[in-house]
Amino acid sequence: MSATIAQPPSKRRSFSKLTFRNTLWGLFFVAPWLIGFVMWTINPMLASLNFSFTHYDLLRPPVPIGIANYVELFTEDPNFGKVIYNTLFYVTLSAPLGVISAFLMAVLLNNKMVARSTFRGIFFFPAIVPAVVTATIWQFLLNTQYGAINGVLRGLGLPVVPFLSNPEMVKPTLILIHVWAQGSAILVFLAALQDVPRMLYEAALVDGASSWERFWNITVPMCTPSILYNVVTAFIAGFQTFTLPFLLVGNGPENSAQMYGAFLYNNAFAFFRMGKASALAWILFVVVVFFTIILFRTSARWVYYGSGDDDR
Amino acid sequence: MTVSTASAPAAAQSGGRFSASSTLVSVIKYALLLVLGFTFALPFIWMLSSALKDDPQVFTIPPIWIPSPMFWENFPNAWTKYDFTRFTFNTIFRYGIPATLGTVLSSAFIAYGFARIKWPGRDVVFAIMMGTLMIPYAVTMVPLFIIFKNLGWLNSYLPLVVPAFFGNPWAIFLLRQFYRGIPSELSEAAKIDGANELGILFRIILPLAGPVLTVIALFTFISTWNDYLAPLIYLNKTELYPIALGVNLLRQAAGQTGTTALVYPHLMAVSAIVTIPVAIAFYFAQRTFIEGVAVTGLKG
Repeated sequence: MSATIAQPPSKRRSFSKLTFRNTLWGLFFVAPWLIGFVMWTINPMLASLNFSFTHYDLLRPPVPIGIANYVELFTEDPNFGKVIYNTLFYVTLSAPLGVISAFLMAVLLNNKMVARSTFRGIFFFPAIVPAVVTATIWQFLLNTQYGAINGVLRGLGLPVVPFLSNPEMVKPTLILIHVWAQGSAILVFLAALQDVPRMLYEAALVDGASSWERFWNITVPMCTPSILYNVVTAFIAGFQTFTLPFLLVGNGPENSAQMYGAFLYNNAFAFFRMGKASALAWILFVVVVFFTIILFRTSARWVYYGSGDDDR
Repeated sequence: MTVSTASAPAAAQSGGRFSASSTLVSVIKYALLLVLGFTFALPFIWMLSSALKDDPQVFTIPPIWIPSPMFWENFPNAWTKYDFTRFTFNTIFRYGIPATLGTVLSSAFIAYGFARIKWPGRDVVFAIMMGTLMIPYAVTMVPLFIIFKNLGWLNSYLPLVVPAFFGNPWAIFLLRQFYRGIPSELSEAAKIDGANELGILFRIILPLAGPVLTVIALFTFISTWNDYLAPLIYLNKTELYPIALGVNLLRQAAGQTGTTALVYPHLMAVSAIVTIPVAIAFYFAQRTFIEGVAVTGLKG
């Protein structure tokens, strides 16, 4: 090593040699991901695109049928529109409501208080409980006859609410459960809140800013990067929500809770329409990419990146 | 200095005004926290309460919150109703531990190539990797099923475990952030001592990365413990079921009309038992969880 330093004339050559050596090392380390990327992502995605133009029931080889799967979905399948509506309804309400409530809870939890970690635990916990357990508990909890919530409502002299059996109520109920399980988003916000320089609040206090002004003009702007992160995550997760609705209500009364993920799953593994399921998968992919790009495009207008963080 | 002296009276003044109303503010805060906390915990309280009931208590209207007498035997009885010991074994030893090891080892290795070595194209490859987080699971679900079917891997844990050994973008991202924060002088010193990149990773970087690796291991393990969709697709023999599918067996039994006695208490008892490891993991790791997220700079 010291020998290399002692020979300035060959600096240029040794630099490119160094680049070459670094590239080899870099690829060596990244290789497992690259191999996995080709095997478990690129290859299946291309296969999926290919299948989407075929009729494929797993028993016989795929039969090319052009865009018939897409045509069927957009013009013939009566459930497709309903599923799109259900999913959009769920995503457009659950994502913002989830992020806003998570942010407010994180702000509340960020205060100095007694038993802070207990409270944090309580708010975070619903997010890491197995979905099967969540579905089991809520199904019983929301039962119209023996459920605790309707028991409380009845006790207060209020009418019983058919949370899971009324087509109008199912989706709002699912959104409510989603808001309950915002632990990960709360955690991301807590980390962001701890990073807001105290100096800013002190300065604002000196200027006589009210607590609302401090919240709105310091806390919120300083947390916009994590808000963007949570919004993007919530949208992506919302579009592919599957397990909880599927377990809790299946398709729901009158298909009112059949989400895109469950529709795709049913087509693939209940009806063995692999071609149609692949078409559904690609439509979902395009929609998610589109939404993500829109979110990032608009983010330039509302996300504040503090200085000194990018050049690490 | 001048600034602070000049602002001292103002600060004191606003401090005084603040403390006048601060009692009220903190009362409101605590009341809000208690109400919210109770609401959030309510489903779990209901779960525990129902797990200790017998059928007459389950079907009492209005619902009972504190059962009396309490039927503790529901826990062992529910556990043996189906082979939950086997389901737990499957989850831990066939799925959780291999997948966690695979994710941690491969991601710790891969992240080094993104964090500590400069090579042309690195940032593009990294951006592509982060882009894959956007790809819904459903997009690759069907072809992967066909691939694994052709490999003869259905009804085995291979489709769930093998891909874990090729790195997880989220884990790689966290590790990369952490690796980048380690001073480069440490690597330089090791290089002068003759270590190559592998030596630096194993002797310098990894010994420092314990907390991040723990966070990743915990999150990965919990996600396997909770996983429902992938086992549902690949496993359809009851003896191979992980815990999530096992609980669902019991749920399906509860869904049928005219079923055996004590389905609800047993269902709640099993749910409680299944939730306990997650609760313990979280309780002990809460600090690490929060710090892990903070330390790795996951700010958006």
